[in-house]
Amino acid sequence: ENVEPQKTAFLLRKAWTLYSVTPLYRFRRGRLRDYARLLSAFIAAEKQKGLAVEVGVELDIKVAVSSLADLGGSEQDQAAVLVQLSSRSRVSSRNSEDKLVWSGWFCSVHGDDLSENVPEDFTCLPLFLTHGAESYTSMVGSWFQKTFDCCFRRLAISPLNLSWMAAMWAGCKLDGAASAVELVFSMPRLSQPLDISYAIHPEDAKALWDTVQKTPGEITQEDVDVFMDCLYAHFHRHFKIHLSAAKLVKVSTAVASAHSDGIVKIIHSQYLPGVLMLLTELAISQIQ
Amino acid sequence: HLATSLPLPSERDHLRPRIDLIVFMIDIKSKYSLKNVEASLTYVDASFFLGKVCFLVTGVGRVSACSIETSAICKLGEAYCSPVLFCELELEGIQVTTAQRLLRMLQICAGHIPGVSALSFVSLMRNSDDD
Repeated sequence: ENVEPQKTAFLLRKAWTLYSVTPLYRFRRGRLRDYARLLSAFIAAEKQKGLAVEVGVELDIKVAVSSLADLGGSEQDQAAVLVQLSSRSRVSSRNSEDKLVWSGWFCSVHGDDLSENVPEDFTCLPLFLTHGAESYTSMVGSWFQKTFDCCFRRLAISPLNLSWMAAMWAGCKLDGAASAVELVFSMPRLSQPLDISYAIHPEDAKALWDTVQKTPGEITQEDVDVFMDCLYAHFHRHFKIHLSAAKLVKVSTAVASAHSDGIVKIIHSQYLPGVLMLLTELAISQIQ
Repeated sequence: HLATSLPLPSERDHLRPRIDLIVFMIDIKSKYSLKNVEASLTYVDASFFLGKVCFLVTGVGRVSACSIETSAICKLGEAYCSPVLFCELELEGIQVTTAQRLLRMLQICAGHIPGVSALSFVSLMRNSDDD
């Protein structure tokens, strides 16, 4: 999959909050400028109503809506849609620059499961990623919901799915120095919250995955289970703690990191399509 | 009688009453609970698997906290010819109804209900497979 690295560089190394979105009704690719105008007016109106974000400095919010470059994926995938909110301070309008305050993008990578079964007037972009203040997210979300009759839901990632990510990403071939594979577990039923962080040398993790994976290029639940069981057994041998009884809440690798609250950071551009494909699948299963 | 794993300590064998039903509890949020149950199953005499064993899976209220695949549990139930009950014991109402269900099953397994024996559970399971 050849994705132009410059065009998608801004997607990397940022913590994106994930949502699943139901198909958009009558979304027209040709009307992106109109949508930007309408959204801008909506946000201005919301601010008038007193739902302002910043107290003190008056900010004008400028909205830009654009289609995003090819992110990899199939022919049926709709091109991603990027929404950016920038602010220009009214006070020093002479030499001020627009400052990006919020971005969000809708995408679908190999989302054929959903797009195949949907009537014509609907656009399927089931994954929504945001970066910026929650108040802007809810304003943008409300506008999209009203305009395109869709529904947003925070995408939670279960420990089961996080362990898939750990296995998949630990097994990725990377050139150069890779960072450690880190798994964070939350211990249940304690009066004080306690998290355990388990860091594994990336080469060890990849070596383990290579011995576990039965068919190269294919990942099964059994492979993931064996991989995780080996890590749990190793930890138990040293610390006498059963991590399998705890809740896996975060996975960090050199490829990407993911938190069970539905927050993802993609680090390596080469694996951007792969990560997005996995997240699209999670979003679709949350919708259905 | 509650135990965290099998086998039961042998010191108390002579004091223990007859066991009519074994309920294996699995918390869907804990992979460890599944492993524990799988290990304990090996200590159960084969005769119990004629309707005197059932699997109780709790924690199904929160899909986002799942650490075990439900298909893995269903396969376990099929392998051991025993019913799998799904519930959410953190909800009081469901605690009560689940307890009532288990009590009913126990009555049947202990032979207190005339005309129905533990073997009916096994045949009930086979019927749903044939559908």
